[in-house]
Amino acid sequence: MRYPGRLFIVEGTDGSGKSTQIYLLKRWLEDSGYPVFFTEWNSSKLIKSATRRAKKKNTLTPTTFSLIHACDFADRYEQMMLPHLRAGYIVLADRYVYTAYARDMARGCDPEWVRNVYRFAVRPTISFYFQTPLEVSLERILGSRPALKYHEAGMDLGLSSDPVESFKLFQGMIKRHYDEMATREHFRIVDATQTVEEQQAYVRQAVSERLRDYVMPRV
Amino acid sequence: MVSHPPRYYGAGLPYQRPYAGKLIVIEGADCSGRSTQTGLLKRWLEFNGHAVADTGIKRSDLVSRTINRAKEGNVLGKTTLSLLYATDFADQLENKILPALQAGFIVIADRYIFTLMVRDAVRGADPAWLQELFGFALVPDLMFYLQLDPEDLLHRHFRLRGYLDYWEAGMDLSLSTDVFESFHRYQSECKKQFDRLAAEYGWVTVDGRRSIDAVQTDLRRHVGSLLKAMA
Repeated sequence: MRYPGRLFIVEGTDGSGKSTQIYLLKRWLEDSGYPVFFTEWNSSKLIKSATRRAKKKNTLTPTTFSLIHACDFADRYEQMMLPHLRAGYIVLADRYVYTAYARDMARGCDPEWVRNVYRFAVRPTISFYFQTPLEVSLERILGSRPALKYHEAGMDLGLSSDPVESFKLFQGMIKRHYDEMATREHFRIVDATQTVEEQQAYVRQAVSERLRDYVMPRV
Repeated sequence: MVSHPPRYYGAGLPYQRPYAGKLIVIEGADCSGRSTQTGLLKRWLEFNGHAVADTGIKRSDLVSRTINRAKEGNVLGKTTLSLLYATDFADQLENKILPALQAGFIVIADRYIFTLMVRDAVRGADPAWLQELFGFALVPDLMFYLQLDPEDLLHRHFRLRGYLDYWEAGMDLSLSTDVFESFHRYQSECKKQFDRLAAEYGWVTVDGRRSIDAVQTDLRRHVGSLLKAMA
């Protein structure tokens, strides 16, 4: 589908530094006068309560886990992302469909099935993948956030009875899926071991290229 | 009873085990007689010594509140609503239907993925997308379609409810500002879709206009054959 806006997304494991990077990108674009809309994973107000309740009740299966997150994404996409793109905004998304692909596949869902669920979503203008060595991302998360939530740690997969161990294994599986899909999904790989400044410079350069023929809407 | 591996319409649930129960599905428009027939079938089967579970028309706990809230406020995009119904169905399948089947129960599902596919298709969803989305659904052992004309449904709605429900009349589709006209158009579209699926998936089509007893006799005949064949 053609739309006048631009869609820039960031992907990566937890602790990859992607959220920092997209925040800096957002500030830069806004300060430069661009109309920006930002959205992040699991933030649909309507679906939020259902997701929270479902996670607490612990009756989620890989399929229902996948679907309920798809509901959240679909809501944000239909109500926010797509209208903004069609209005000519620059839409920034912290996580996109590839997060679902990686996590749901790690949970054992059929890859083709997951890809089909998200078929309605447009391919981003650029998908930045912040590729981080596992030890680095684990250190960042485990070093600062000791309390790991059940699903976040992949405890439902029975990888380990210890949440930290489970988290490490789960994150490893997710990273593998990200790495494997990078070519197919046209990721722009960013070396997340570089400094924040180096990464941001690269991101801004890539974004600038795709803004050369961008026409600002009359906001 | 012998356990058999689950058969799915598509990719299925890659992590589920075989089951020994039987899955019977009764599809059809609202007021086509599904609940009545399900209840009668259940009593008959139980009388004959079978353990029966029926899924009933109540939705799963998972997203029912969200769906209701959204329907009240009409605040959801169509893809989101489709996915919510799919989530609801998946939850029912995995937490109610499959465990019952694994325990050797006969499960009677009052509505299945086809009601959802019909309502979404009529609202413009891509049929190919829907078909693959519901690929995790089990193939039932027996599928009944209670077929009725929109005229007959209309009268049943008035008789049973006294009014035409906004959603059953497809008022969200702006087919007509008049609810009577809208109901007719919407239900005609739904019937077209149901008929198409019935042919495609090889359902047992039952004339739903007949008396409750006549319809039930038909259903029992087919269920009886199924149970004999699988004994």
